[in-house]
Amino acid sequence: MKATVKVWRGLDAETGRFETYEVPFEPGQSVLDGLRWIRANRDPSLAIRFSCINANACKECMMELDGETVYACTARLEPREMTLKPLRNKKLVRDLVTEIAPPAERFKG
Amino acid sequence: MHVETDILIIGSGGAGMYAAIEAARAGVSVFLADRSLIGRGGATVMAQMTVAVALGEETPDHWSHHLADTIRAGRGLTDERLARLLCEDGPDCIREMDTWGVGWARRDGHIAQAMAPGHDRPRCAYVDFLNTGPAVSKTLRTVVNRTSGIRKAGDLMIVDLVRRDGEVTGAVALHLSTGAPVTIAAKATIVAAGGLTRLYRRNSASANMGGDGYALALRAGAPLIDMEFVQFFPIGHLAPRLIGMDPIMWDPFRYKLGGRLLNSDKEEFTARYGTREDGKYVVTRDLATYAIIKEVDAGRGSPHGGAYLSFEHCSAEALRAAFGPVIDRLAANNIDLTKMPVEVAPIAHYHMGGVAADARMETEVPGLMVAGEAVGGANGANRLSGNAITEALAFGRRAGRSAAERVRGGRHVFRPADARAAMDLITADGGPELNTAAMIQTLQATMADDVGPFRTKAKLVRALATIDDLTATLGERPVGDGGRFDMRRIDWLDLCNMLLVARIVAQAALRRTESRGAHQREDFPGMLPEWQVNQVAHYPGREVALESMPVAAKVAAQ
Repeated sequence: MKATVKVWRGLDAETGRFETYEVPFEPGQSVLDGLRWIRANRDPSLAIRFSCINANACKECMMELDGETVYACTARLEPREMTLKPLRNKKLVRDLVTEIAPPAERFKG
Repeated sequence: MHVETDILIIGSGGAGMYAAIEAARAGVSVFLADRSLIGRGGATVMAQMTVAVALGEETPDHWSHHLADTIRAGRGLTDERLARLLCEDGPDCIREMDTWGVGWARRDGHIAQAMAPGHDRPRCAYVDFLNTGPAVSKTLRTVVNRTSGIRKAGDLMIVDLVRRDGEVTGAVALHLSTGAPVTIAAKATIVAAGGLTRLYRRNSASANMGGDGYALALRAGAPLIDMEFVQFFPIGHLAPRLIGMDPIMWDPFRYKLGGRLLNSDKEEFTARYGTREDGKYVVTRDLATYAIIKEVDAGRGSPHGGAYLSFEHCSAEALRAAFGPVIDRLAANNIDLTKMPVEVAPIAHYHMGGVAADARMETEVPGLMVAGEAVGGANGANRLSGNAITEALAFGRRAGRSAAERVRGGRHVFRPADARAAMDLITADGGPELNTAAMIQTLQATMADDVGPFRTKAKLVRALATIDDLTATLGERPVGDGGRFDMRRIDWLDLCNMLLVARIVAQAALRRTESRGAHQREDFPGMLPEWQVNQVAHYPGREVALESMPVAAKVAAQ
């Protein structure tokens, strides 16, 4: 089975664009599994933020799936077109990565 | 950008955060850096249940009993000074966490303590339901945030330590969310960056534990010890696919409900390898890993290549009482434990080896301390269930105290010239295109297949050849554009550390021609008295050098 994953890529709203990837999967796999597959098999420059992979413990992999905020590690891949975007209410860093840390826990030079 | 601090702490898991709190309480300034977000990555947050500590709340206990169990589990290689620190200081740390509101589970008004394999009595505190790690992380993060004198810096990846005359004077870092290079001047530095489980395909820790703490310390001149001892957690979840849960989740189920570990004939089988279970959870991690892999080799594995774990004898009510909302998360994954077994298999979980340190958490390098899983030796050749969080807290507290004392003792100060090589590396123009993510997968597959729980000379030699190839491919120039969250450059820098550390694990495993604890050589099956020694790795230049050393002096368990 394949999912068609449309991923927003870029460093700012003006020059950003969508890229589309066909991702093989087995039922039960997560959206994060699909994004990690894209990095290893299609484009290692795709920026995603995650630590715990599968446990939903680090709460770092927040993004928008078809307009709704999800954790990529608990949202499931499905055999259809799925659109992934960075969180709209957080400052964009790159691709699907946004600045989600509380201000007091960010590095200030 | 440049930062000045008394103490730099690398890593914000349990060890790093406890060190930060303890140092700040002593009145020195602390800079707490994490390559991920503060208190979210690392291994602490992943802990599912047990924290072994001789509180004596469930039954009378004393830290010397905990120490005796820890030493027995370590198969003759335990550094008893470090194990004693873990066992003796553990109760204080756990009680302090209690006053900070971590929420240890209670029974009849006292802290509940569960029985875990290898312990002589119920000793393991926990937070329900499977919430120990998140609760410990959140509690420490809250205390860090209300303690004055601690600056926090998430998304800051430490690339190298800076030295003058062999003394650590600070570090060079890459700020991931801007791509900016950063220098840090510090009078003392604590490496609390965890272990190396990311080197393996299937692992139970965070993606940011690729041995970088070991590599940083080693390049700064600190020896590593016991690097061949990677602990595999025997009953990591294998099938059916389960999301939103850590793969080590079945440990707490076994603590509370026993459960039956079965082969493809639906028979309990650990007795064949030395320990009869009869539905109880008594088998140690190294033996269970051995037994499962041997059953699979004998053609009696489960369909995905592991063993079955069954709770079908438990009622729905008993499961609900023990695990509450976790049962709903299982249902969302179409798993009903009253009707079906799950499949489990060994998974890389923890590293017994690490940076050599004394009981003050000081390394051989002036100005450099370590804490938590980054420390080698406290657990010998095999770690007991429940010792990891205790060691994170006890070692973190001690390292914070030692670092605060050290602040007045340094001879040298940070100079920008000493940071130049590392600054040049992270700001270099991109090298030739490489699929760094695929290279990491190749390394993880090699380590899992050839440097896993069962080793042979042929497998280890093959792994070292793959590591050589990957190292040559990686080259000397980092890839990527060096901009914001440049995953290619992050991977490239990670691979430098991962390949160095993977090489040491494989070399140490090749050199140890016996089987002991977590290191099992199929071509050298017995445990040999002449190998009751620690292997120590040095990295004077481009080659790793290994030597055997007598096990650290024994201490009286009184």
